[in-house]
Amino acid sequence: MHTKTLTELRAGLAAREFSSRELTEHFLRRIRQFDGELNSLITVTEEQALAQADAADATLARGEGGLLTGLPVAHKDIFCTEGVRTSCGSRMLDNFIAPYTATVVEKMAAQGAVMLGKTNMDEFAMGSSNETSFYGPVKNPWDQERVPGGSSGGAAATLAARLTPAATGTDTGGSIRQPAALNGVTGLKPTYGRVSRWGMIAFASSLDQAGPMGLSAADCALMLGAMAGHDDKDSTSLDEPVGDYLNDLNQNLEGLRIGVPEEFFPDTLDGAIAESSREALRELEKQGAKLVPLSLPSIKLSVPAYYVIAPAEASSNLSRFDGVRYGHRCDDPVDLLDLYKRSRSEGFGEEVKRRILVGTYALSAGYYDAYYRRAQQVRRLIRDDFARAFAEVDVIMGPTSPETAFKIGAKVDDPINMYMADVFTIAVNLAGLPALSMPSGFVNGLPVGTQVIGNYFQEGRILNVAHRYQLATDWHQRIPGAFA
Amino acid sequence: MSWETVIGLEVHVQLATASKLFSASSTRTGDEPNSNASLIDLAMPGTLPVVNREAIRHAIRFGLAIDAEIGRRSVFERKNYFYPDLPKGYQTTQLAEPIVGAGVVDLQLEDGTRKSVRIHHAHLEEDAGKSLHEAFSDETGRAMTGIDLNRAGTPLIEIVSEPDMSNAEEAVAFARKLHAIVTSLGISDGDMSQGNMRFDVNISVRRPGEPLGTRTETKNLNSFRFMEKAIKLEVERQIDVLENGGEVVQETRLYNGETNTARAMRSKEDANDYRYFPCPDLLPVLVSEEEINELRDALPELPDARKARFVEAYALSEYDAELLCADLATAAYFEAAAKQGGDAKLAANWVMGELTARLNADDIGIAQSPVSAEHLGELIQRIKDGTISSKIAKQVFDACWAGEGSPDQIIESKGLKQMSDTGELEKIVDDIIANHPAQVEDYRGSDDAKRKKKIGFFVGQAMKATQGKANPQQLNQLLQQKLNG
Repeated sequence: MHTKTLTELRAGLAAREFSSRELTEHFLRRIRQFDGELNSLITVTEEQALAQADAADATLARGEGGLLTGLPVAHKDIFCTEGVRTSCGSRMLDNFIAPYTATVVEKMAAQGAVMLGKTNMDEFAMGSSNETSFYGPVKNPWDQERVPGGSSGGAAATLAARLTPAATGTDTGGSIRQPAALNGVTGLKPTYGRVSRWGMIAFASSLDQAGPMGLSAADCALMLGAMAGHDDKDSTSLDEPVGDYLNDLNQNLEGLRIGVPEEFFPDTLDGAIAESSREALRELEKQGAKLVPLSLPSIKLSVPAYYVIAPAEASSNLSRFDGVRYGHRCDDPVDLLDLYKRSRSEGFGEEVKRRILVGTYALSAGYYDAYYRRAQQVRRLIRDDFARAFAEVDVIMGPTSPETAFKIGAKVDDPINMYMADVFTIAVNLAGLPALSMPSGFVNGLPVGTQVIGNYFQEGRILNVAHRYQLATDWHQRIPGAFA
Repeated sequence: MSWETVIGLEVHVQLATASKLFSASSTRTGDEPNSNASLIDLAMPGTLPVVNREAIRHAIRFGLAIDAEIGRRSVFERKNYFYPDLPKGYQTTQLAEPIVGAGVVDLQLEDGTRKSVRIHHAHLEEDAGKSLHEAFSDETGRAMTGIDLNRAGTPLIEIVSEPDMSNAEEAVAFARKLHAIVTSLGISDGDMSQGNMRFDVNISVRRPGEPLGTRTETKNLNSFRFMEKAIKLEVERQIDVLENGGEVVQETRLYNGETNTARAMRSKEDANDYRYFPCPDLLPVLVSEEEINELRDALPELPDARKARFVEAYALSEYDAELLCADLATAAYFEAAAKQGGDAKLAANWVMGELTARLNADDIGIAQSPVSAEHLGELIQRIKDGTISSKIAKQVFDACWAGEGSPDQIIESKGLKQMSDTGELEKIVDDIIANHPAQVEDYRGSDDAKRKKKIGFFVGQAMKATQGKANPQQLNQLLQQKLNG
């Protein structure tokens, strides 16, 4: 069962080839078997999953059901789940049992999804390697000495190892797409405002967006249909009609204009990675798409702008973790200041502290104009670049990440090097656009991803492009040997 | 050489919305601690704010009342600092783009002069919670602090004036006027005892013609009286410091009303860097022309208009009318009492005199007055129709204040009705004349001027005999008739 996609499993449930309970038990068994090593899940909610599976089976037996009835899903541990620990990968929230449920989780549950557990992640989603998690690094199923990427590294790894057929992720600067690329799975960051942020623990509010991660574009389309939509509880969620993503999948690509920015294929880029994405472009050309060379000149400023804006917002968003109302509190505080200092020093890891410091600095009197305001100006330039490009093309493509999965520990002491690898993903967040990463080959046995960026609310279009590509290729069907 | 005082005010006004600025929790006070604190108010991870449109509308109403420019686009920002009663670690407020721009408030001063105070801007923000320092301890008996977040997130407008006031009286007149405006608009109950309207006063002094002196800020004054005293105290202190060759330090000061003293709370050097930036969880607030017009058309009568109407309709002086319009409750009370009593002048005198004195003495607002407007109206009716004299009326008022019933009930039960029955009074007068032959003889032997004084004795006796209920005019007439007879 675990080699099937979510779409196939859905058909299997509908045809009564197996029950949701059987399906759920199968994946729970695999989690028990493999995850001790992989460390892709922080919490497994076995009892709850089986209860949901039984309820789903009853629903299916009545001939009823929603988009996801009976299908197992693993949620990133950034989404609040009532009654279940929601740690955000941090010691700060190791003891935090969420008192309510995130809209994304609720909407998927309303469509019948069965929650297997909560996936590991970089602490507060800050990281690109899953090494900053309080719960230890996640291993890449393709090479367990390597990182799975991040911050949704647990989600990507657990999918690649077929411990779950579906997962949710969040993407602030590439946190869905980069781990999807590094694990050979498909992940979509929707348009900012497409999916509610209510109940999703904030890292950088103006950039954070939840999205689906799966084994195929079709699976992501199925999940997005359940996740997307306006939410009164999130003022930044947009009141745009939700597309018919499943229906859009099969449109042919005749006449599709694909923008190929020169900035996505710099001379310094690893030749094999570049070739993987070029090969993907050739395949789409074969299907009738036209390639349009273009330039996004401001993109080179995206990494520095992002690493001002995201930490600035984070420094404020993370102020609520003060040891007063919930979360980690130091032992025997002598006074208020001591309570704050020690609770936060003990509760947060190094990368989180680094970003709080950077963000606090960027917002400080005398530096605000030089950093924060300037970064916002850059953000506008980037948005304008994309707007110009989308006047000419339907989608924009290039590699998702300039590198394949690296060895655990290789970059721990070089955060700048780690940040620079976000170069292809970050601009999309700054502009608020939707983008997807799909597997497009292997380099030295490690998966490579190609990114498809769309205009605002064009999720249907980019899922369509990825789906057509996946109909012609089998990169997304490869399973790491140890987990077959 | 003389000194000039320069005063500017920052006024926090709690808006009378049913729910909080960014959550659906009730703004009700006096409930169990934290019973009106939702996930959002507790700043649970993953929660997000949604702005309360009624708070926006209240702020716009205020802006329209002071003829200010309304921000068609206003932006909420985060003011970052750590404090236990600030759950998010930042206050959501407005800075660069507030909802209400520059406006003006006109004052009528006691000496009859008028004054305009410019408003720099007014912005929307959320209130913090409360730290409860009393009577908390852990299982080992160590003292602890409790946090009550019922108030956290309650909507406020902060009104920032230009430094246009030059003494405590003007500052108080300005504060009273703002109180009158917000209560008339119905956007706040203005209840200062609950902290629903509080004042921060910026004060500096200088020699005439010199540039502005260093200012201090005295925070959180919650009554007009304390504000007046605190300003006087601070002005004296600054002058004293300067005249002794010292320098005024820019600092925040805390005034203690009970002891009429103030102390420095923190100096500019310890000031926080609040790291303001636009709140990414909220979109800019957009206000359409249509919405503004709709709100403008629906504005209730404002204090200045009401004052003009009082002067016109009730023939009151400008100053009396200004005082009666100082807040909506007083104005409404006056009008109700005047209408029922049928004498506006009398009603105005009673409201500004006896009633205000008693309210002040008991330190309560007019809404809590035991003597209702209907009571006062009834009392005025009884004065007008001669049932009681003004003197007895004070006695009835006191009894009514003490909760002994309505004026009519009190007059009845205490038998305070004036003795206007000529036959009964005549009998009493006859008795007095018969029983005091010496005084009668003395009176009759006096000239007119002396008689006017000497008649007092008989009036006194008659009043004594009637326990003050004799109608004074009638009694006088009767006595003169009988004695002169």
